[in-house]
Amino acid sequence: MVAQQQDSGAAYLRIEGVSKRFGDNRVVRDVSLTIARKEIFALLGSSGCGKSTLLRMLAGLETPSAGRIVLDGEDLATVQPHHRPTNMMFQSYALFPHLTVEDNVAFGLRQERPKLARDAIAARVGKMLDLVQMQRYARRKPHELSGGQQQRVALARSLAKEPKLLLLDEPLAALDKKIRQETQLELVHLIERVGVTCIMVTHDQEEAMTMADRIGVMSDGVLLQVGTPGEIYEHPNCRFTAEFIGETNMFHGRLGPQGVACADFPAPIAVSPLADHADGSEVSVSVRPERVLLSREAPGALEGGLNSAAGEVVDIAYLGSYSVYHVRLSGGRTVTASVPSARWGDAAPPTWGDAVWVSWKAPAGVVLSR
Amino acid sequence: MSRRRPFLLRGRFWVGMLPWTWLLLFFLLPFVLIVNVSLSTPDLAIPPYIAPLHQAEDGSGVELVPDLSSFQRLGDEIAALGEDGAEPLYLRAYGNSLLLATLTTVCCLLIGYPFAYHIARARESIRNVLLMMVMLPFWTSFLLRVYAWMGLLDSSEVGLINQLLIGLGIIDTPLPLLYNTGAVLTGMIYSYLPFMVLPLYANLVKLDQRLLEAASDLGARPLTTFLSVTLPLSRNGIIAGAMMVFIPAVGEFVIPDLLGGGDVQMIGRNIWDDFGPNQDWPMAATVAVVMVLLLIAPIIVFNRSSRSEAGEQP
Repeated sequence: MVAQQQDSGAAYLRIEGVSKRFGDNRVVRDVSLTIARKEIFALLGSSGCGKSTLLRMLAGLETPSAGRIVLDGEDLATVQPHHRPTNMMFQSYALFPHLTVEDNVAFGLRQERPKLARDAIAARVGKMLDLVQMQRYARRKPHELSGGQQQRVALARSLAKEPKLLLLDEPLAALDKKIRQETQLELVHLIERVGVTCIMVTHDQEEAMTMADRIGVMSDGVLLQVGTPGEIYEHPNCRFTAEFIGETNMFHGRLGPQGVACADFPAPIAVSPLADHADGSEVSVSVRPERVLLSREAPGALEGGLNSAAGEVVDIAYLGSYSVYHVRLSGGRTVTASVPSARWGDAAPPTWGDAVWVSWKAPAGVVLSR
Repeated sequence: MSRRRPFLLRGRFWVGMLPWTWLLLFFLLPFVLIVNVSLSTPDLAIPPYIAPLHQAEDGSGVELVPDLSSFQRLGDEIAALGEDGAEPLYLRAYGNSLLLATLTTVCCLLIGYPFAYHIARARESIRNVLLMMVMLPFWTSFLLRVYAWMGLLDSSEVGLINQLLIGLGIIDTPLPLLYNTGAVLTGMIYSYLPFMVLPLYANLVKLDQRLLEAASDLGARPLTTFLSVTLPLSRNGIIAGAMMVFIPAVGEFVIPDLLGGGDVQMIGRNIWDDFGPNQDWPMAATVAVVMVLLLIAPIIVFNRSSRSEAGEQP
């Protein structure tokens, strides 16, 4: 599905083999990526993975050491930042502290050449402030606004010039957790309403999964995987992605005819399908906690493709609609299982020290070779 | 909660008292003494004045007779302005002082801003070296540095600059570089430049780099970014630097005396002449009091405008 999207003529932004080095430090390594018009794309990674540098290269604030960036058919290599059809919403917003909200929003419009008429600017600023519902605060200075209000002004400022590409650098990181969650969808709706193509950078996987159409996972300057939130979560292509996005149980072992033989699991772990991995190779198996079933009795006879092991409950995190159980297997290995609270019906759920069984079906394990 | 200690035993009280005591002892008290002298009558005695509050001549006790004649003389000078043959000695000195101090401040700002900007934008590792270089002249005596300028600017063939220009064949006869307003201005700009650079640097180094990137991202050219972001945000630094230069420059005495010769009458020299050769302490004190009053106005204006910006920079 991704491949189809990339091959279609909708490649609005093409990043081709872009690298950036600072001295000997290769911060971004040979990143290639295409993004469709009106897509919301999230670059996801921990701090220092190169995602912000990649974004800054799109804005023209850094020059790529190698590679090309083509936006809507125009090679951006030689375009100065102040001439680029991109606008950025900076981390913690970088609002001009000495200007009012409306002057902040008007700043970019005032730079247009040929000059825009005064009332054209005022009308556009009014429209932008309407969009983010900040008309009432037009004459306030940034320090008189809350974090959420500042974020909306920053968004209005970066949308005012109708950029071809909107860049968001950790758009919600400066907000409190509660406001952040409320703002995520609000921000998506605004961006969709305006219909601007958007690339955001975030270290928060929940934010990326909530907001983005597609996600690119970066680590150590390398773009590891690109896909929809579902693809990235369900079919990670490497250990880093599997562990970075959500929680997982990771088993390491050697692939054999019966499955993956692991030191810390009683039987070889059955996986399916066993394609494109050679027998005898070192692999990892990732099993998401919600795929792990928990039961008091041994699960039905070891039918083909069911992995199970007995253990003891050592920790329970009760989270309302579900609980996360930490089960120590006889070998000492702990497996986490997230279990819906409704799973137990009227029976009492297992508690600390109870003997339980964990099990999962073969397709739940994703085999990773890197 | 422990019981609050009596305020006389609290460290905070004494720390707070220190600046107030300092101001009282070294500003307010001397100022009151000077005001007292300014309201006195000149006399051939030691000290050479009769204070407003003194023993009555007929021995009938203490009498309070403030003598306003010194203020009157300044008033007369103002009244006589525009009349033929008017010699407004003090007014001219005030005017010269304010003019030179203003020119010094403006020139220091024009020279100092690029200095401070460059240092603030330099790599962190060499910032301190550059700052040290700005402060380096302070390691030699101020007087010595003014004398060095006398050697540089000397109007005869001995002057180093004149030597150089004649040696290069640019001029034949030495230029009159010393003992004029230009020499005073040069010396003042040179001496006061660090006082402009340091507060400006302290302000510019805090400037959030991302604001400049944001301006550029929004389409502002480098010059526009400077004029519409950097400059307004460094306003408090400019004000602080201007005050550090302007206020001492108005009362500057040594530089006009050494580099200005007899030509350049400034208020500091008038005060010196009246306290010294003229033995007219009330007049000298009056001139000093009026100068302080003149300086209070710009200080209030400066303070107002920097306070109105308060809270803007996070």
